[in-house]
Amino acid sequence: MLSKVAERVYWTARYLERIESTARLISIYDQLLFDLPRSVNLSWYNLITINSLEEAFDAHYSVRDERNVMRFMLGDEANSSSVISSLRAIRENVRTTRDVLPEEIWEMTNELYMFVQENMQQGVGRSKRHQFLQSIIKGCQQMLGMLYGNMPHDTAWLFMRMGLNLERADMTSRNLDAGMAAMLEIEDEETAVNSHQIIWGNVLRALNADQSYRRKTHLAVRGGVVVEYLLDDEELPRSIRHCLRALANSCNKLPKGKAVAQKLREIEEGMAHDFAEDNLDYRVREYLNQLQIEIAKVHHLIGATWFPQCLV
Amino acid sequence: MTIAWNEYEPGEFYDELISSPGYARKPAKKLVSYLRSLNEEDIAARKHAAELTIKEMGVSFTVYTEEGNIDRAWPFDIIPRVISKRQWDKTAAGLKQRLQALNLFIDDLYHDQKIIKDGIIPEFVLKQSKNYRKECEGISPAFGVWAHICGTDLVRDKDGEFYVLEDNLRVPSGVSYMLENRSIMKRVLPEVFEKVDIAPVGEYPARLFDTLSSLSPRRVKKPVIVVLTPGIFNSAYFEHAFLAQRMGAELVEGSDLVVGDDNCVYMKTISGLERVDVIYRRIDDLFLDPEVFNKDSMLGVPGLMRAWRAGNVALANAPGAGVADDKVVYAYIPQVIKYYLDQEPLIPNVETYLCYDDKQRSYVLANLDKLVVKPANESGGYGMLVGPHSTKKERELFAELIKANPRNYIAQPTLALSTAPTLIGKNALEPRHLDLRPFILQAKDSYVTTGGLTRVAMKKGSLVVNSSQGGGSKDTWIVDTDGEDK
Repeated sequence: MLSKVAERVYWTARYLERIESTARLISIYDQLLFDLPRSVNLSWYNLITINSLEEAFDAHYSVRDERNVMRFMLGDEANSSSVISSLRAIRENVRTTRDVLPEEIWEMTNELYMFVQENMQQGVGRSKRHQFLQSIIKGCQQMLGMLYGNMPHDTAWLFMRMGLNLERADMTSRNLDAGMAAMLEIEDEETAVNSHQIIWGNVLRALNADQSYRRKTHLAVRGGVVVEYLLDDEELPRSIRHCLRALANSCNKLPKGKAVAQKLREIEEGMAHDFAEDNLDYRVREYLNQLQIEIAKVHHLIGATWFPQCLV
Repeated sequence: MTIAWNEYEPGEFYDELISSPGYARKPAKKLVSYLRSLNEEDIAARKHAAELTIKEMGVSFTVYTEEGNIDRAWPFDIIPRVISKRQWDKTAAGLKQRLQALNLFIDDLYHDQKIIKDGIIPEFVLKQSKNYRKECEGISPAFGVWAHICGTDLVRDKDGEFYVLEDNLRVPSGVSYMLENRSIMKRVLPEVFEKVDIAPVGEYPARLFDTLSSLSPRRVKKPVIVVLTPGIFNSAYFEHAFLAQRMGAELVEGSDLVVGDDNCVYMKTISGLERVDVIYRRIDDLFLDPEVFNKDSMLGVPGLMRAWRAGNVALANAPGAGVADDKVVYAYIPQVIKYYLDQEPLIPNVETYLCYDDKQRSYVLANLDKLVVKPANESGGYGMLVGPHSTKKERELFAELIKANPRNYIAQPTLALSTAPTLIGKNALEPRHLDLRPFILQAKDSYVTTGGLTRVAMKKGSLVVNSSQGGGSKDTWIVDTDGEDK
């Protein structure tokens, strides 16, 4: 398989996952703001911070309000991580890799792209946003279903899964960080206990993990348990440990994959931590930050191993 | 309300579907009677369905503009163009004959140049051809074939006969749109396909694959075939990706390939370098290899010509094949066919005036308002003067251009291009001019597409069919009416 094609498949999966995560995150944030007591003043700008997009946002907008944040996250082409930019990137990537992906993926990409383009206003305003975001999530799920149901488990498949799992691991760490940020922001409020529960409940929902959390832990939603669950659970497809293992699994099946797999094992072994309810503080954010750096390193290692710029 | 087919007035031109108001030509009878049965809403719904299908299928082409490149949805008219099988079979034979002769001609030009020595073509025509490549002299590609893929533009004049307007032997495009037009049509008017005996077009990618495979220098079971594209910003990128996908070939850019010290071509894969056997290149000659041609080319592969000359890789089309699609050379093709095949051409050329000839030039200069003037080496409809639609200023400019460089210009009478009923606006049916680009393959064997790509000039009265200049397209049906013609 051509290095370039492998790279494009990898990125297609990353962007696909990014779109779904972004849509989920926004729709949950919406819910979160409705549920939290009025006295809590959570900023929409947190969505920008979570995704490390402060610089790009501030270069284009002076007001950090809901409309601008929505516009930036959903429909702004200047933001390379926005839903529309990600879709465009998927389109360009799928266009150039149509031969290794199921044919329908191309049409589905076009459909979703057209849908988002034509209905962007629904996402910016609040009244129809939920429906709009749900349609995007469904569009992504449809594509994932197509890939999982029809793609032969060949080399392209392995790169597709790598992209998906890497982006997932990254997004889960960002969601956890978002939960932490929100939690620390309302520390002094009287309603803190209640609010914490609302926040962590929504973090679980953002990762489609609330139901499985309850079944697995048989516990009420508690910050410390949620953090542990999302980091460590071996069965949850969006837990960081699960993503790292899936990544290693793909690497082991690819030529030259040993070094990357080794790196992934090291990260996983180094994940030891002990976050309980009473020590959920800035240290968790530092831990997550470190994890994000490690994940970024894996991404670079994947690039250096299979998509080198020059290979003579 | 139904659309007023009876009021459709084909006018002075040959119309592909309607012979005179109210009468459909035989191969189009069933189609027209079906279309008559649709009311305005039906037609509007089908048209809308076609537009949606095109967007979903992502059928697009890129237009270069000052504001950057724009990806446009493929323009498509839902009323197909119909040709009888009997007439098509004759035409197909003529196209094979033509490409066979062209290949013998190109091979001769890069070897002994007998045709010049025998005085059929003057030497300076060749010497001054922009597409003659000295670097190709003495090379013998497989089967003596240089142009493996040819897109020939045919037009019908008033008399209903096909004429060859030009041969495209470099990197002709459009075949993917021919295939996509059919897919769109099947989704939009499925009922007609049950009623009419329409010849399928879908085998082209398989035939192209076979043609390319047969060129492999290595005798291996599965030669590695790649489609070499200039990249996503090229106007035909859609087609490059489409063909690679349909053939199961790798779509590569220059940067994906490298020529080793062994003069073999390799592609960069996730497990290292893999040898490439056949390159279907969609990059112009001059950008192929910065070692030999354009030194600044970022699109090509350094060393590619070395590998090709050493016989380690096949290039389709071969470099230098474009020498025969020079429009001055075009004027000589009837003689070329006679010279190499000792046959009369089955499809005539359009009458052509060569501006380097003093007598013909003075005729051209005196009749610029009636003629179409074309530069010898442009494609895509650029740099042309359409006399009857030109201003005095444009004519004066062209007169100067011709006098300054007569070898570079030819002129042809303004043809009364055939028309076909085309849906204009919501429900108006108007004649629009069109041409036809069939695709011909040649390696060991020859193959011609069933029909080809019909391009339509969407502007009333216009003769310019190029999609880059507002042209549209139609599905092309070759219909078997049990041997009865017209």
